[in-house]
Amino acid sequence: MSQDIQILIGGEAGQGLVTIGQLLAKALVRSGREIFTSQSYHSRIRGGHNTFALRVGPAPLAASRDNIDILVALNAETVELHQAQLTQRALIIADANTAPNTAGAIPVPFAQLGPEKLWNTAALALLGQILGLPTEPLQQAVDEMFGHKQAEVLAENRKVMKKSREWAGQHVPEHPFTLADRSTGAAKRLLLTGNQAIALGALAGGLKFCAFYPMTPATSIVIELISHADTMGCIVEQAEDEIAAINMAIGASYAGAPAMVATSGGGFALMVEGVSLAAMTETPVLVVVGQRPGPATGMPTCTEQADLEFVLHAGHGEFPRAILAPGSIEECWSLTARALGLTEHTQSPVFLLTDQFLADSSRPVTPFDGDTVTPVRAGSDPQKVVPPYRRYYLTPDGLSPRLLPGLSEHLVVADSDEHNEEGHLSEDYGLRKAMVEKRLGKLELLKRQALAPTLNGARGAELLLVCWGSSLGPVRETAEILRGQGQEVATLHFSQVWPLVPEQFLDILQAAGQVVCIEGNATGQFARLIRRETGFAIDRRINRYDGLPFTAGYLLEHLEKSAAA
Amino acid sequence: MTTIEDYGKYETAWCPGCGNFGILNALKQALVNCDLPPHRVLLVSGIGQAAKAPHYLRANVFNGLHGRSLPAAIGARLANPELTVIAESGDGCLYGEGGNHFLAALRRNLDLTILAHDNRVYGLTKGQASPTSQQGMVTKTQPHGAFPPPFNPLAVAVTMGASFVARGYAGKLEQLSELISKAIKHRGTALVDILQPCVSFNKINTFQWYQEHCYELPPEHDPTDRDQALRVALEFGENLPLGIIYQTQRPLFEEQFTPLKHGPLARQEVSRPKLEEIMQQYR
Repeated sequence: MSQDIQILIGGEAGQGLVTIGQLLAKALVRSGREIFTSQSYHSRIRGGHNTFALRVGPAPLAASRDNIDILVALNAETVELHQAQLTQRALIIADANTAPNTAGAIPVPFAQLGPEKLWNTAALALLGQILGLPTEPLQQAVDEMFGHKQAEVLAENRKVMKKSREWAGQHVPEHPFTLADRSTGAAKRLLLTGNQAIALGALAGGLKFCAFYPMTPATSIVIELISHADTMGCIVEQAEDEIAAINMAIGASYAGAPAMVATSGGGFALMVEGVSLAAMTETPVLVVVGQRPGPATGMPTCTEQADLEFVLHAGHGEFPRAILAPGSIEECWSLTARALGLTEHTQSPVFLLTDQFLADSSRPVTPFDGDTVTPVRAGSDPQKVVPPYRRYYLTPDGLSPRLLPGLSEHLVVADSDEHNEEGHLSEDYGLRKAMVEKRLGKLELLKRQALAPTLNGARGAELLLVCWGSSLGPVRETAEILRGQGQEVATLHFSQVWPLVPEQFLDILQAAGQVVCIEGNATGQFARLIRRETGFAIDRRINRYDGLPFTAGYLLEHLEKSAAA
Repeated sequence: MTTIEDYGKYETAWCPGCGNFGILNALKQALVNCDLPPHRVLLVSGIGQAAKAPHYLRANVFNGLHGRSLPAAIGARLANPELTVIAESGDGCLYGEGGNHFLAALRRNLDLTILAHDNRVYGLTKGQASPTSQQGMVTKTQPHGAFPPPFNPLAVAVTMGASFVARGYAGKLEQLSELISKAIKHRGTALVDILQPCVSFNKINTFQWYQEHCYELPPEHDPTDRDQALRVALEFGENLPLGIIYQTQRPLFEEQFTPLKHGPLARQEVSRPKLEEIMQQYR
């Protein structure tokens, strides 16, 4: 049995379950624990069945577990829905009126502990008592959240917390869930979701403009950006639609503001013409696509990795692009900053492909080192330009000096039509060919800067698990479990999915015994892409497309099944 | 001093006699009247014959996608508040494909000038009905005549709270360049809808038709009176008023963004200490 504890808080939207989870997460991280949280919610403001999963343990975690040790059921439905996932030793915290009559159930007289609006504080206190977490860090987290409110609210909260812990001290049965000693003393760690890390990475990377139209699961990136926009000198604008958003970002970038848009598949579908525009006008723009299940509106609050081929081919005509797909919270930070730099350095659209799972999960991370990021600066130095200035001057590497309008006396002409070196419309066939080659030439630049996939484990291992983007955490955990059982397992994770440079990884694939590609889509898009680019046919695939993220439990089960097949 | 020569002279791809020539000349004259050097001016356009106009004068140009001149113009203006931004496009581009952006731009009220070359037909794609085509206008794609009544950009602009709404005519150059000058000088989003004959495809709204149906707004017209402005804007049939229909002062959209107080975003450094401070909020 693993050393860690999986807690699931379930209830209706509006019951404050996320608050319980976030406050507990904060207190645990501050007390030096390793945690991983993930969220599942429905597309409703109130009602529906939502969950906040928190896993806590002695070693770093990067995925949730399928089975549950402590279930906090804010309504009766939660018990019904998660009954099958409970471990033998599980505890169920539920209101005395709805608690099931089963072993491990703790019927809590919430009404006696405090007013209904503070039942989440009571539940939080109970969890703290069960885990053996001192009151202090929990109370501090609660105070910070309600600190801006009136003193009475704070006092009432404290009272409920105290009373609940006392009640728990007397009524919670014997259980094995006390936290192990703190694993690290790193109290300075940050607790971040993937989307928060993307926002911080963008600001560190020099983002100055973001336009968006709200769409789950990308909106929280923008909310984070907005909260720091004034401090960091960034402008964020809610556009009238996604078409406006990307055209605004391109206009802003043309005029010198490193720019991005953030959306999901459906919104990105509307932005596609703008992607072409960025490529043709050679205007840098970072496009963040937070994947969720499609087609059309799909499952708005669930996760999937099925937009790889869409993003890879989005836009009419031929032009190069880069697609980065972070696998961890740290990579959300570092790859966003990198992607922003790459857009400017190649004067091309660059994509960051994430998904709902990574967007809404959180984990403690070491504070990011700003020294590892050089903020991007838009445009070339006008002093170095020999007049007459030509925006699309044909150069061997495809990069022309990108001056910014209004910041020098040179005039900057950009056009979505095929154009001459000055930027004016042209229907000259020879020039057209030269311009196509100039734009396509940037693929070499992108390949030279391509991130190699990360091999974890030995070359030539009997089993190689290939994955990309957000699957990294669950896949690594699976490999660790299998290694613990004596299997020789390695993982190969791609955080850059385009362009692919076969020299970086083909020999690793060829050396492995069995290669299994794990991805969150039904048709094996990445496995197909590898075959297209390298000719290497991957032996087996595990695909998940029910809307839920991978877990080690799911992967172990399916590895066994597919091996038997 | 800026002169008309600063704005250059180019060969165009327009039909001989096209109303676009008048608009181009009026725009150049207006830029000179405002004493704006070409490098401070950004012309943003979409797609269509009108959208080619920025290629025919010396200035910064962003010629983007059909219907999308306004979002691109807004983005550029927000990135660099020192640029004089003029969006220039036709009726199909601005009022058809870009209709949503048109509404949103007027509501935002950035310091931005919109010049609509309104020839009431699709010229670039050879003569289909446009949003402002007269009802009943027969074309190859509207064989039974355009069914919906024409979109009334001025009435829409007044009701959207646009802060400057005017109508010009490509055949009255002096008045047109004066209107464009005033639009550029206006603090806020200024719309100049410019009536323009299409000699190739619009056989209804010809030079002669406009001579007969346009009239200049009398001096008694008070452009600050919204009700009066709306009444005038609704005259979109037999009589077409020319001049400033509505003008008001509204807070500028740009003013809500504190970073813009420090000038162009391209000149602003990323503050490492501020970033470190922000990160501490996630402890």
